[in-house]
Amino acid sequence: MQAMIMEKHRLIDIASVIRSKNSGPYELTFDVIFKDFETYGKVKAAQAINIKNFCATYGIPESDVLHLVYFDPAKAVKATICRPIPSGALGETDVYGAQQHAPLMNMEIEF
Amino acid sequence: MKENNNKQELRVLSPTAILGYGFPEESFNEGMRRQPDVIACDAGSTDPGPYYLGAGYSFTDRNAVKRDLSLMIPAGLNAGIPVVIGTAGGSGARPHVEETIGIIKEIAAEKKLHFKMAVIMSEFEKDYIKEKIRKGDISPLGPVPELKEENVDESIHIVAQMGEEPFIKALESGAQVILAGRSYDPCEFSALAISKGFDKALAIHMGKILECAAITALPGSGSDCMMGTLKKDSFVVEPLNPIRKCTALSVAAHSLYEKSNPYVLPGPGGALDLTETKFNQLTDTQVEVSGTKFVPTDEYFVKLEGVRRVGYRTVSPAATHDPVMISQIDTVVEKVRERVEDNFRNSGITNFYLDFKIYGKKGVMHMFPQTPDSSSDELLIIIEAVAPTQEEANTICGFARSTMLHYGYEGRISTAGNLAFPFSPSDCKMGAVYEFNVYHLMRVDDPCAPFPISFMEF
Repeated sequence: MQAMIMEKHRLIDIASVIRSKNSGPYELTFDVIFKDFETYGKVKAAQAINIKNFCATYGIPESDVLHLVYFDPAKAVKATICRPIPSGALGETDVYGAQQHAPLMNMEIEF
Repeated sequence: MKENNNKQELRVLSPTAILGYGFPEESFNEGMRRQPDVIACDAGSTDPGPYYLGAGYSFTDRNAVKRDLSLMIPAGLNAGIPVVIGTAGGSGARPHVEETIGIIKEIAAEKKLHFKMAVIMSEFEKDYIKEKIRKGDISPLGPVPELKEENVDESIHIVAQMGEEPFIKALESGAQVILAGRSYDPCEFSALAISKGFDKALAIHMGKILECAAITALPGSGSDCMMGTLKKDSFVVEPLNPIRKCTALSVAAHSLYEKSNPYVLPGPGGALDLTETKFNQLTDTQVEVSGTKFVPTDEYFVKLEGVRRVGYRTVSPAATHDPVMISQIDTVVEKVRERVEDNFRNSGITNFYLDFKIYGKKGVMHMFPQTPDSSSDELLIIIEAVAPTQEEANTICGFARSTMLHYGYEGRISTAGNLAFPFSPSDCKMGAVYEFNVYHLMRVDDPCAPFPISFMEF
């Protein structure tokens, strides 16, 4: 059996959409849509985006993750987390949650 | 209303993603040429935050809403098809609905229109909600604490998202315009189809896509029209502007947008299941969707939304380009905060929130303190005070601003002032501050009973 060679990839190089948004005032959801089905298939097979490395990227406990799903029809990965504070609560800096995606752009995954 | 009970297809025109976001007249006219059975539009969202529900004020502009309705209502009346608006005024509480009624009255008078309008309310009396708590009919939705009666007492407005049932009732009464309070977005689009016996899952899924209008298309737009055609076993969506197209991928990707889980989309009375959904490119611009299922819940739940007032806010934006100040910013903030607290310790102003939002260091990503800080040779500092009254907020913000302006930090070279203010006056009174305090599911026996319908004749 041939050994699998894993390579590192930055999400910004292999995704066409990386975004964040509120899903209601108490949740924040992140979408990564890949450029092509082939890459998506490899990422999915390797589960290269997972709860562990997602949480490490944002410095949050794994218990904050409500869903992390691979959505084949859109060649996308979606992660939804408990919002650190509800939208618009004291301390807010992003009411719509639309600018929380940047750490994902530089995230390195292996597959 | 046009008689079309025997039709095999039902067409829904969605002019714009949110009433007031606008649309090109050419796209709308193209939509009308295709003889839709209903014009539907959602007018709201919780995205802009808790302020608008609390203040009874819309995040959309009155003139822009009037412009959209001035095209939609006459077109609907001319074609003999209903015009259905949900989540009036952005949040759907009583003042939001009343504001929109006022706009429609103006349009009817100016254009000499005559029609029957149904108004569906969605705001609740506090006693009703408290009774529901006592009956055990209210449960948290997601990561939210249990609802207590004191939360209800504190809240300013509490609304619930209605399902399609009140819309169907209003349609059956012969209303030509339906104006509803807080609504589950797809219902404005799905109600007519469901009342005529079309597949509920497909009708709701089509509504889920149409409620964002051309955001689903490529290039996406929240201010352009979309058409949905519901058939027996599928539905077709397409943009009405020749510069856009729907692709199987753009429509599938829309299932992700602002949702927690793309496979399960919960709403009043049940959830859409997209596990078996197929997205098929029909023509260059049209996508056909099939296979979506609706899984009803054993009992009927609606989603409650409510906000409470936290206080009043004053902010002061200020900046620095001084490398010594920037290197010490955390200490400066800490010392200024101590000085503010100490100064008012014996004056009765002790109940306040003071924050320093530091852009260029940890601004946008403040929610995630563990993510790396930014670095910049300039910082924007937004000094924010929230207190029980506007006067106290002004006092705290102003004092924090003047203290920070002249604070003598270690190694300071620029002794004339630490901050660059872009504005005079430097402080901005922001008014009341609200926060969400109700986001729960409420069990109801009758999907229509909590949402009273009244009629107006123009």
